[in-house]
Amino acid sequence: MSFFMENILTIVCFFPLLGVVLIVLWPRREGQEDAVRWIANIVAFIGFLISLPLITLFNDAQYIDADTGMRFVIRANWIDAIGAQYSLGIDGISMLLILLTTLMGFIAILSSWSAIKERVREYYCYFLLLQVGMLGVFMALDFFLFYVFWEVMLVPMYFIIGVWGGPRKLYAAIKFFLYTLAGSVLLLLGILALYFYHHSVTGVWSFDILAMQQLGIPADLQWWIFLALFLGFAIKVPMFPFHTWLPDAHVEAPTAGSVILAAILLKMGTYGFVRLSLPILPQASMDFLKFLLVLCVIGIIYGALVAMMQQDMKKLVAYSSVSHLGFCMLGVFIATPVALEGGILQMINHGISTGALFLIVGIIYERRHTRMIADFGGLSQNMPVFAVVFLIMTLSSIGMPALNGFIGEYMVLQGVFADPVYRLWAVFGAVGIVLGAAYMLWFYQRVMFGPLDNPENQNLSDLNLREVATFVPLIILAFWIGLYPNTFLDYLHEPVNQIVERVRPGEFSPLPAQAVVRE
Amino acid sequence: MRNYFWLIPLFPLLGFILNGGFGLWQVARTGNRPAKPFVYCVACGSILLSLLLSLSCFIALLQLDPHDRVWEFELFSWIHGPALQTVTGDLANFHVSWGFQLDPLSAVMILVVTGVGFLIHVYSIGYMADEEEGFYRFFAYMNLFMFMMLTLVLANNYLLMFVGWEGVGLCSYLLIGYYIDKKSAGDAAKKAFVVNRIGDFAFIIGMLMIFTYFGSLDFTEVFDGVEEMFPTPETLWGPLCWIALLLFIGAAGKSAQIPLFVWLPDAMEGPTPVSALIHAATMVTAGVYMVARSSAIYSRAPDVLFIVAVVGICTALLAASIAMFQQDIKRVLAYSTVSQLGYMFAALGVGAAAAGIFHLMTHAFFKALLFLGSGSVIAALHHEQDMRKMGGLKKYLPRTWWTMGIATLAIAGVPGLAGFFSKDEILWRSFSNPEGHLVFWLVGVLVAGMTAFYMMRMMFLTFHGEERLSPEVASHVHESPSVMTVPLVILAVGSVFVGYLGLPAWLGLGPNVFEQFLEPAFETSYHGAGESVHAAHSTEILLTLVSVALAGLGIYLAYQFFLKHKEKAARLRERFSGLHSIIYNKYYVDEAYDFLFVSGGTGWGRFFGAKNWGRFLSAFDNNVVDGAVNNSAAMTKFVAWVSGRVDIHFVDRIVNLVAETFEFFSTVLRKIQTGLVQRYALFFVIGIILVISFYLYMGV
Repeated sequence: MSFFMENILTIVCFFPLLGVVLIVLWPRREGQEDAVRWIANIVAFIGFLISLPLITLFNDAQYIDADTGMRFVIRANWIDAIGAQYSLGIDGISMLLILLTTLMGFIAILSSWSAIKERVREYYCYFLLLQVGMLGVFMALDFFLFYVFWEVMLVPMYFIIGVWGGPRKLYAAIKFFLYTLAGSVLLLLGILALYFYHHSVTGVWSFDILAMQQLGIPADLQWWIFLALFLGFAIKVPMFPFHTWLPDAHVEAPTAGSVILAAILLKMGTYGFVRLSLPILPQASMDFLKFLLVLCVIGIIYGALVAMMQQDMKKLVAYSSVSHLGFCMLGVFIATPVALEGGILQMINHGISTGALFLIVGIIYERRHTRMIADFGGLSQNMPVFAVVFLIMTLSSIGMPALNGFIGEYMVLQGVFADPVYRLWAVFGAVGIVLGAAYMLWFYQRVMFGPLDNPENQNLSDLNLREVATFVPLIILAFWIGLYPNTFLDYLHEPVNQIVERVRPGEFSPLPAQAVVRE
Repeated sequence: MRNYFWLIPLFPLLGFILNGGFGLWQVARTGNRPAKPFVYCVACGSILLSLLLSLSCFIALLQLDPHDRVWEFELFSWIHGPALQTVTGDLANFHVSWGFQLDPLSAVMILVVTGVGFLIHVYSIGYMADEEEGFYRFFAYMNLFMFMMLTLVLANNYLLMFVGWEGVGLCSYLLIGYYIDKKSAGDAAKKAFVVNRIGDFAFIIGMLMIFTYFGSLDFTEVFDGVEEMFPTPETLWGPLCWIALLLFIGAAGKSAQIPLFVWLPDAMEGPTPVSALIHAATMVTAGVYMVARSSAIYSRAPDVLFIVAVVGICTALLAASIAMFQQDIKRVLAYSTVSQLGYMFAALGVGAAAAGIFHLMTHAFFKALLFLGSGSVIAALHHEQDMRKMGGLKKYLPRTWWTMGIATLAIAGVPGLAGFFSKDEILWRSFSNPEGHLVFWLVGVLVAGMTAFYMMRMMFLTFHGEERLSPEVASHVHESPSVMTVPLVILAVGSVFVGYLGLPAWLGLGPNVFEQFLEPAFETSYHGAGESVHAAHSTEILLTLVSVALAGLGIYLAYQFFLKHKEKAARLRERFSGLHSIIYNKYYVDEAYDFLFVSGGTGWGRFFGAKNWGRFLSAFDNNVVDGAVNNSAAMTKFVAWVSGRVDIHFVDRIVNLVAETFEFFSTVLRKIQTGLVQRYALFFVIGIILVISFYLYMGV
């Protein structure tokens, strides 16, 4: 047990590899696909289970690193020649995202059961590999390791889109790969600049992310590094105007690919801003604030207006992501505690509701093999359970109070509004709430309401048990966050306060004593 | 009681979960619908429990000293966020609790909501009896609505109120769109939600401001903060004015005031009990409640109060004028509701919040009754709503006729009935209060006359005169079952007597009891200049007589035009056909909004309308933003192609040149390697000779 707990991050991170090994070794005979499916599902499920102690023991003093406040820290030398370390550790922010990843990873794999019929083995291997990359990014405390995981994610996603995708899969896969790779290169440049600067100040070659925060980098250098990191992350988020790879990738990706892409992959960018840009480059983050807020607000309104006119369901949801992530980034960049917590919560919320919306689109697509909104109408008459699930997720997406989206959005807006200089940006951001209701409800109305007049729709079956099971955790979470967000916010106070203290030193101190550390 | 009043909203929630959850489960598992008796017993039973609990809480509240009549109960801490800077520079934790508050104002509201709500639930058992697929769905939504509405009025902070606020909007959406196979129903549902969202947008900004100024969203703390920071009324466009204005825009969305009233008439697509419950008696009055609740803020923002009054009275006038020409019985009532809500806002605007709430209560009775009555008519006529195809129904539907008749007289302001007392209170206040104005009173009285006119018109067209029914409908006309008519009768009794709770002082029976009861809820309001003009009772009586006379005139004209001399109405209509068609088409407001905000038009009109923007931006996104990406990809490809050419023809050429040089020499040299030993021997000899000659030549 103690071995497990001491290495829990390594184990959680690399556990999916076990599935890869099993699948690779499994006898390659006809009719073994179901066995492979079972392996992948079980491994993913266990992967989720073993990540649960991260919550329950999060505040156990035994696992808190005294120097940094990080939890479950693991450090080992890795490539001594360049000072790269194998160091993992999490705080509240990464813990929530890791849990989201293990959960959504499992749900995505579960949802693929009947959708994937070809090259089943490879499909699940890629998915499990992807999981490793994503988890690693959220855990890495070493920039070099971070970058390795960051790039590791790209490859399986490339294949998932390129092999199991729709008609224009190659275009989409290559676009996804090249676009994000271009960002990654700039990110690498930024990382190297930090690396060399760290050496010039301390004389030590190190990629330690936490050490970088203490450097006190001069403003002009901060600006250059910030721009490099910004491009890397903004493409991944994606922020306007770097978002156009997203609709293509979503439209062509298989359902589970879209789910993971929306729920987790996009969070890499937002996470990068929270974990790296803000605390390491606080000065630049504040200097560029106005420019960043403009991009966020454009993203919110622009994404919503474009979503409104889409004919393809997946494109609609993809553009709604652009809008929602605009909210997320608005909260992150303004970096008042409430807004930042709202922004981080909004990352989780977006993962839940948009992930679920892609599942929903996938469910209709699997039955009808079309995603054009015009082909549907009146589905709630023969799919009542589906109608309820879809409605809940639509409402969660448009920020209905008592569901998750509202808490995040409201906290972001409240936090932005509290900044006397940028008060009005909250008003612009709130326009997204009106537009969000317009496009999502119109979408819902066109698919679910109206006469059931298309003969091809008349025999659609309602959700089966497996499909219901994929939604149950998401619905529970949506209500949980909406009704009692404190469970999640409690983990955010401490890291958020630290970040805010770096970006806006002194503005919110003396900090109220509410970092929850249980005995 | 004190610790249990939070259970009031909980019963309907349980009803919703039981009906909705169990119903859905059963449909999913077996394909059967849950048994109807089970469904309506659960639905009505849960509301009955809420009603009983509300009553006992009310009684318990009455026994307290007027100033102790506030109960608060925090169920749990909802959002416990980090610190925020308020405008004063202090830090305040962003903390919102799931807390309830019962005071006289919310007590009145819960009684209206559960009382009228219960009757409408019972009525629905009969009205929805023919529904098969949707029976359980309907009652589940209705219960959910009750939960949300009760949460709205019992919340002790703005954010929780907003939960109920959006929740009732959602239920309204679901219930307007209840007939899911009707496209018009879906459109109306979406329209209602989106128009409401525009109001909610302002509401949200208002809440952001409230927290930023007062560091809390709890009513008590906010209002105390208001009292402290703004001891005297604020001048125009100060922060408090903005808060008040933003909240009012929110209220205007929910309560269908200018300019956001357009959704309510369309909302009549829903089943008639829904129109009665949500779009007449309860939800649409949420805006009135919210403004009344915030009177601490409004009383310090006199300019906004003026706006509220103007918007209210204008809405009352506009909607009343439209109602006079509608042919659809439910739409007459819908516009009438808009108009009456206008009255309530006018009351709030002249600083007579208690009068507004009084009218809210009486209106809930008679308007619910009118809607339910119209539902009874519609059900009897097999979903015919056009009054041109009715007439003479009195003999078929006697109970419906007399109950609706009472409600009509009540809303028309006939002395002694509920509407008379509440409306006259508003009219009197709009004249006598310092915030009031003679013009408000004049328009108000005019609207009172119009109200009497269009309501009597509706009665005459529906129940009197010759029968204009189509033959197959006429053969089936029947009075509704008693499960529907008994609630009508009870509401009719209410429409008569509920007004006696607030008898005006000039009757000499002591002060207005209702207003006295509500007074503690408005304690934090600004009272500095608030001494109303102590005009003599004689003035009040005189003004009352004028309004009664106008109502009488309205009734008389309706009688003349729609019963006695119908040709007169036709002649007038022809004479003013231009004006008639403008009003008949509801001043083309819908069309204008559609042009300005939704569809836009062609040519320059394309500049307007969200859809055009969406289309334009989609194209922009495809061609410009993504175009840039694809172009840079194409550019890269081109550069790659060029460098490929260069590579092949130049770089590779050099490499090849080297290779070719070697190749050339090797071909030459290959000729030497023939494999003939004699020739090698010859080369060998020649070589030796050359070497020796070399050494000799060098002179070694």
